[in-house]
Amino acid sequence: MIGITSYGAYLPRRRLTRHCVTVANNWGETPEPASGRSECAVAAWDEDSITMAVEAARDALLDAPRQTIDAIFFGSTTLPFVDRQNAGILVGALAMRQDVTAVDLTGSRRAGTAALSTALDSVLAGTKSTALAVASDMEVPQPGSSDEMLFGHGAAAVIFGNQNPIAEVLCRYAVTTDFVDHYRSAEQSFNYHWEDRWIRDEGVLKIVPAALSKAMQMADIESNAIDRLILSTPVPRAASRIASAVGIPVDRLAEDLIGVAGRAGCAHPIIVLAHELERAKPSQTIAVAVFGQGCDIVILRTTNRIESVKPRRGVTGHLANRQEETEYVRYLSLMGLLQRDEGKRAEANSPTSLSQFYRRQDMIHGLIGGLCSECGTPQFPQSRYCVAPDCHALDTQEPISFAETSAKVITWSADHLTYCPDPPLLYGMIRFEGGGQFLANFADLAIHDASVGLQMRMVFRIKDFDKQRSFRRYFWKAAPAQQTAEGRHA
Amino acid sequence: MPSGFRDKVAILGMGCSKFGERWESDPEDLMVEAYAECLADAGIESDQIDAAWLATYLDHVHVGKSAIPISMALRLNNIPTTRVENMCASGTEALRGAAYAVAAGACDIALALGVEKLKDIGYGGLPQHNRGVLNSLWWANFSAPGSFAQLASAYRAKNNVERDLLKRAIAHVSVKSHRNGALNPKAHLQKAVSEEIVLQAPMVAEPLGVYDCCGVSDGAACAIVTTPEIARSLGKHELVAIKAMQIATSNGVEAGHESWDGSCFPTTRIASKRAYEEAGVTDPRHDIDLMEVHDCFSITELVTMEDLHLSDEGAAIADVLDGRYDSDGRQPCQIDGGLKCFGHPIGASGLRMAYEVYLQLLGRAEKRQLDTPSSGLTHNLGGAPHCNVSSVAIFGLI
Repeated sequence: MIGITSYGAYLPRRRLTRHCVTVANNWGETPEPASGRSECAVAAWDEDSITMAVEAARDALLDAPRQTIDAIFFGSTTLPFVDRQNAGILVGALAMRQDVTAVDLTGSRRAGTAALSTALDSVLAGTKSTALAVASDMEVPQPGSSDEMLFGHGAAAVIFGNQNPIAEVLCRYAVTTDFVDHYRSAEQSFNYHWEDRWIRDEGVLKIVPAALSKAMQMADIESNAIDRLILSTPVPRAASRIASAVGIPVDRLAEDLIGVAGRAGCAHPIIVLAHELERAKPSQTIAVAVFGQGCDIVILRTTNRIESVKPRRGVTGHLANRQEETEYVRYLSLMGLLQRDEGKRAEANSPTSLSQFYRRQDMIHGLIGGLCSECGTPQFPQSRYCVAPDCHALDTQEPISFAETSAKVITWSADHLTYCPDPPLLYGMIRFEGGGQFLANFADLAIHDASVGLQMRMVFRIKDFDKQRSFRRYFWKAAPAQQTAEGRHA
Repeated sequence: MPSGFRDKVAILGMGCSKFGERWESDPEDLMVEAYAECLADAGIESDQIDAAWLATYLDHVHVGKSAIPISMALRLNNIPTTRVENMCASGTEALRGAAYAVAAGACDIALALGVEKLKDIGYGGLPQHNRGVLNSLWWANFSAPGSFAQLASAYRAKNNVERDLLKRAIAHVSVKSHRNGALNPKAHLQKAVSEEIVLQAPMVAEPLGVYDCCGVSDGAACAIVTTPEIARSLGKHELVAIKAMQIATSNGVEAGHESWDGSCFPTTRIASKRAYEEAGVTDPRHDIDLMEVHDCFSITELVTMEDLHLSDEGAAIADVLDGRYDSDGRQPCQIDGGLKCFGHPIGASGLRMAYEVYLQLLGRAEKRQLDTPSSGLTHNLGGAPHCNVSSVAIFGLI
């Protein structure tokens, strides 16, 4: 049977409170504060749609050997590169095989469901046995805009395979019409919106219920048989009206996570789907409707295997791994929305040798080191002569990945001098379980939490920005591993 | 083991510029200032020099590449000149080059000069520089204070030391150097400071505050070396000779093998053992009268006392706090103020250390003169704790 075999999610640790956004903007047009706990996940300075996608994919890949993945479909409206295959960077960071199909999908908030649908098609067509779909978005809203009260950053991944699915897809349906509720042109940073009442009444409330009804009809599913309805539209408050319009009880609406994580562009519906799968029981029917120049509908049903999924971080785990951000000016600065003086050290010329990178891409993006076949010493980087003092054997090292190996801090400091967009910069010597060590920059670690012996896990992050050439380099950093699997069955 | 060059090379003369923020001076001025003093001290003419070694580290912010700048600035006699660079150990490398040439008999008289003009970059601290195309793809972003601060966390963990105690010990290191530097007219920083000021200084890299970091200075230092025989034939009777000069370089173990715990410099341990052997020093705690060590940061000096086998492992804090390395202690360290206060114009530092030992051994150190020392050690360190070049040289009277 073909269907979803695994899923995963990622939300950045930092949560911008909407209260601080409101306070900072209340001298002008005040956006309406949302009720209840209201915050959104925002990327750290060294995260983007690619790094978040890597994390979500790693979460999903707990159940699937990476070498079995035949294709990767990457949906995002905030791809860091317009012309350099972004999915190709994921292939390297996830240490997948090179003979895979890799595709970037973009252009609308339906890019996430488009990635899912394309991945499923590739398995249904029989040309791929296993396909990974990952959606990741990092929209940066214009300060003071209504977007700023809804947005969030995050990613989610779904794996499709032809054996033992945890959910099967019952129906897919798509309508496409050029309803421009908002757009973001290639030349501009921010969204431009049309009137919200028109978007709601003429767009969302007409297009989404019609598409849902059609899909349920195609799949021969009664509206009452939908156990969970996931909606991703520009008007979250219209959710109950949509459900009512198609006859789905309002209490079947999935938690939209906008109050706790925000709406992460095209990744939002997939994040909500992952959140539902974390808690789903067998034989539950989940409908997903995503608005954006039309509407994508996916209806799926869980199988008995849904309860045998291995614990993962998932949405639940990432929601729990939370650091409150109440400094609006810092948020603006880290998103590049405020041109603060970063000091002369920020001026450093930082070119990248692309030929050097290519020669060592397994090392740089895959965190592949060497394991000496003579003495068994793991080491990073892989080198011609073994690093072990009593070995030094030549050309004995086999590739070994450190990306999923846990490590602990053996030295650390918090550096106020080295340029870092979010100072101080923390780093230290980390030692991997089983051997191997190197000096690594730290991510998501505050000074008061740093200590010798702290358990770390490796994360794929932006290492440096080359502003002169509009380039960014990626490498692995060490982040606290304190988070336990708080997802399913934890 | 090679015989080494103990007593094969003598110092004919030395010179050192005033260190500091030399806003008025070009590198040429600094080189000439150190060289003029050195040449006069040696009592020779420029055309008696057979070869010269120039040490600079961050050439891109001052003189540029090659050893041509020294030949141009000093109008040398078209002799062979060589630029050496081994990061902060470059000054010692220049002296090693000149001393090797003399010991080998290739030169009768050789010149070593180190210069660094750091204060033309527009911001405080050390200039940034390219780390190489592969390293820049994966090396952690780090600064000098941040990388040396790593020692503190590992030293504390290994020896179970509370942060406050370590902070107090490294503050003592800096207070001592400031007290010494206040007596040195060529020092960059000539002001004594209290422990309280050191402890309350703004943080640079946890746990190092501003006063745990050495001065970033402009300066030059220089030596002219020859054989003891030639020195005597030139009328020198009281001679300072090189007893040992050893360098140990990291080969990746610290950076990548779990045998290193981050709390010490294995290279210094190796280089000092080799140097003691070369110099015939059997008990460095007794045989060495003064040390000029690479106190780029206070924590570096503290752990170096153990790495030089002067303090027992884990005992450096107690020894430092007991005043063992103070100017009136058993083995004065940084009697000229050290990198901390004399300053750290990188290429010049190894030679500046030798300059102080030279003055002390000859009884020419004026207000800071120690009571008849007969041997002194210099320790120069380039790089960061996890990958470095460590040099240990021993000088003595013959």
